[in-house]
Amino acid sequence: MGETAFLIGQVFNGFSVASLFVLAALGLALSFGLMRVINMAHGEMLMLGGYLAYLTILVVPGPLGILAAMPVAFIGAALVGAVLESTIIHRLSSRPLDTLLATWGVSLILQQAARDMFGPIGVAVNAPNWLNHTMSITSGPLAGLTLPDTRLFILLVTALVLAGLGLILSRTRLGLYVRAVNQDRSTAAAMGVNARRIDLLVFSLGTGVAGMAGVILALLGPVTPSVGQSYIVPAFLVVILGGLGSLVGTTIASIMVGMISAAAEIFVDVSVAQVMILVFVILFLQFRPQGVVAVRSRALEG
Amino acid sequence: MLSARRANLVAGLLILLGLAAPWIISAYELSLLARFLSLAILGMGIVLIWGEGGILSLGQGVFFGLGGYALALHLKLAGLAPGDLPDFMQWSGLTDLPIWWVPFKSSLFATLAVVLVPSVLAAGFSWLVFRNRVGGVYFALITQALALAFATLLISQQAYTGGFNGLTNFSTLYGFDLTSNATANGLYYVTLALVSATFFGLRWLLGSRFGVILRATRDGENRMRFLGYNPAPYKVVAFTIAAMLAGISGALFTLIAGVISPALVGVVPSIEMVIWVAVGGRGALWGAIAGTLLVNFAKDQISSAFPSLWSYALGALFILIVTFMPGGIAGLLPNMLNFPRKPKAASPIEMPDGIEAGSAE
Repeated sequence: MGETAFLIGQVFNGFSVASLFVLAALGLALSFGLMRVINMAHGEMLMLGGYLAYLTILVVPGPLGILAAMPVAFIGAALVGAVLESTIIHRLSSRPLDTLLATWGVSLILQQAARDMFGPIGVAVNAPNWLNHTMSITSGPLAGLTLPDTRLFILLVTALVLAGLGLILSRTRLGLYVRAVNQDRSTAAAMGVNARRIDLLVFSLGTGVAGMAGVILALLGPVTPSVGQSYIVPAFLVVILGGLGSLVGTTIASIMVGMISAAAEIFVDVSVAQVMILVFVILFLQFRPQGVVAVRSRALEG
Repeated sequence: MLSARRANLVAGLLILLGLAAPWIISAYELSLLARFLSLAILGMGIVLIWGEGGILSLGQGVFFGLGGYALALHLKLAGLAPGDLPDFMQWSGLTDLPIWWVPFKSSLFATLAVVLVPSVLAAGFSWLVFRNRVGGVYFALITQALALAFATLLISQQAYTGGFNGLTNFSTLYGFDLTSNATANGLYYVTLALVSATFFGLRWLLGSRFGVILRATRDGENRMRFLGYNPAPYKVVAFTIAAMLAGISGALFTLIAGVISPALVGVVPSIEMVIWVAVGGRGALWGAIAGTLLVNFAKDQISSAFPSLWSYALGALFILIVTFMPGGIAGLLPNMLNFPRKPKAASPIEMPDGIEAGSAE
């Protein structure tokens, strides 16, 4: 395999890792921008999406099962998110640190529930045949480059989700309200925006997107009760890097983190990737403490 | 509120009871008590940073682990014949002792490392974060990433750290036989002494000007800036002291339990450490001791018999304590054993939405 082909392959890998981080982090970043709270049970929304995909494919076998799983996972995770928001997170929203701890409790309970229902080992979701191909280039300067269809599918879904959310945020009334509350909650409320409802809607939307990310995770490996945990800590770092509630910031930050993990796999060990990402985040904050895109200054936050 | 003299009296009585414990409870129970008391030292550090400083760290396991591993390296080497290698290194095919293990042959070096390594790392790390006014939720998430990175590194560097199994099978320290009953009793007394010293030391610190500034920073960081204070150094010092306590706690725990492993220092154990203090009461040092003992004894009783139930119970504990009882046990009882605060009217934790700590039920 040529050097260029290998590098391009790794860049491609970096992008597909980054797209998972985008899908996992989007919901976190949007609700963090609105409410200043982080949902530690967000990783379990990925897990939930994975199990919902497994169940959907049991009901709808065949090539279109995975496509049917997407809306099922979205709606399922969004509903759980709505319950979570209205029972716990809303109640604690003035105490962000306590929200972390309470939602961690939710995460423990959801993981244990999954363990009791589906067993600790995990279930497998097989990719349909139309996703089992691998695009490979056999001649020319890029000979040896292989691009698995599942990874292309991930990129496609992420691009669609980003475009959809971008349109909602920039073109619809809901998006206008979201941006308004994000910039100044009390002024927006004074203008008649129902900030409470916006919180709830955005939170559910975010957990729904995480549910869809779970379907994609299920294509890459077995769905286990702790499957969300391995993606959620990098997703938290993406939120810190990206800045408050910004789609663009979150996307750029995800690409940075995805590329660092891909680079770590080439030059050092996979296990060092975590350390490298963390060091990068701390160094980045030295130069840009407000994150990639700053809607508001962090400097005078409560 | 009872006077500070009364509080001292109660603390003294509890210490006397602790001194008599070896005659009251069985050797097994004593070893559990010693183990959990050693964890209480870390818990009191969390009171300092979280209860008093408003800094939530989800990575105290890292400093606990650094202290524990620093001592464990020495314990591993102390039990060997000269020129021998620890067993797991032989299995991994190493022929020479890694260079950074060599100084740990000295017990003095290892003891210093227990205190200094966590402190230096904590000081550098927290300074880099706090000086940029990054705090709150951001800091909590970064410390969690630190815990993940630390545990991942420990597991992956099998040949140098013992990997997933960690370090265990210790025989001797300072010439004492670690398997004997007399040493176990001695360790218990050392732990009790260190818990008491930490309690009174932190109580003094929190009553000092430093404590006042730390609490003021928690309640209004920007106001402190407008008053001309730079909050960052105070937060860094508090975080460093808490990390040092976590390191000492980790070393003691390693001695008493006879093992240190990634499963004791990663993301999940680190966040469990916070719940000990949340249960006991983040606003009171004695609450941290009580909470640590209570949660750990409960875990010991429940988790071996019903592991699944324990996860649900712990999850529910997180949700219920934080939502309805943010002051913990200490917030429920009248402020009896707590040190006197100035001004006296301040409740242990100011709840922004007006929930008086402990009165929510």
